[in-house]
Amino acid sequence: MSDEKMSVIVQTIAGLLFPMVLIFSFYVILHGHLTPGGGFQGGAIGASAVALLIVAYGSKTIEKKVAEENLSIFESLGGIVFVVVAIAGFILASAFLSNFLVGEPLFGQIPGWGESPLNSGGFLPILNIAVGMKVIGGLSAIVLMLALVSREVKEQ
Amino acid sequence: MKKFTLIGFVVFCLFLFYAAYDLGYVVKRDFGAPPSSMDDRIIGSYNSTTGEWEYGAVNETGANNAVTSVVFDYRGYDTLGEATVLFTAIAGVMLLFGGRKHE
Repeated sequence: MSDEKMSVIVQTIAGLLFPMVLIFSFYVILHGHLTPGGGFQGGAIGASAVALLIVAYGSKTIEKKVAEENLSIFESLGGIVFVVVAIAGFILASAFLSNFLVGEPLFGQIPGWGESPLNSGGFLPILNIAVGMKVIGGLSAIVLMLALVSREVKEQ
Repeated sequence: MKKFTLIGFVVFCLFLFYAAYDLGYVVKRDFGAPPSSMDDRIIGSYNSTTGEWEYGAVNETGANNAVTSVVFDYRGYDTLGEATVLFTAIAGVMLLFGGRKHE
């Protein structure tokens, strides 16, 4: 794209769609242990929301709002949460990545037939959130960085 | 060259037809219907009198979604490796283009 921003119509519609897509992404991540989907899929949806904003508003505007270093830090935070939960399974229970929260009152409800509560699944929701953070931060950082660099290459 | 493309397309269509025919039991089952005996070994057996799962994935992980319990619990190392692959890709992009932005 030679011109950086798109028209006002596209910008308005993108701004309206962005929170809805982000909410759907959070829904897919948080319900990963109940419905189809999970951390990777929801994270890809959230990163596509950021890509929509980059296409509509231009990469320079988005970079002023959120720097890609911060997105990278967010991604690393998700990875740290994943590894910490895995090592907690090693310490509190039998093995690395063992589900130590099953049977506990907070997350460990074992559901019956049919609908099941949100606080079931042991540490699966926590790992889903961690992987969702990783994918949202990582893919957004990649898309933002490539958009910035391709714009600079066009300018030279 | 065009002939090879046509032959490949026909073979692919035959493969799709065979796969749909062979996996027909997946289509025949109603949405939300109780699992067949094959899935019974994976998901577990539900005892309706006590209201509990006797064995299988739902009893062991507490998650309703057996796919998530496989991806994050039984094959957690695989997911950790996938996360590492993603991290490596981001590190590569940052290394390649991170210095260029400020020129």
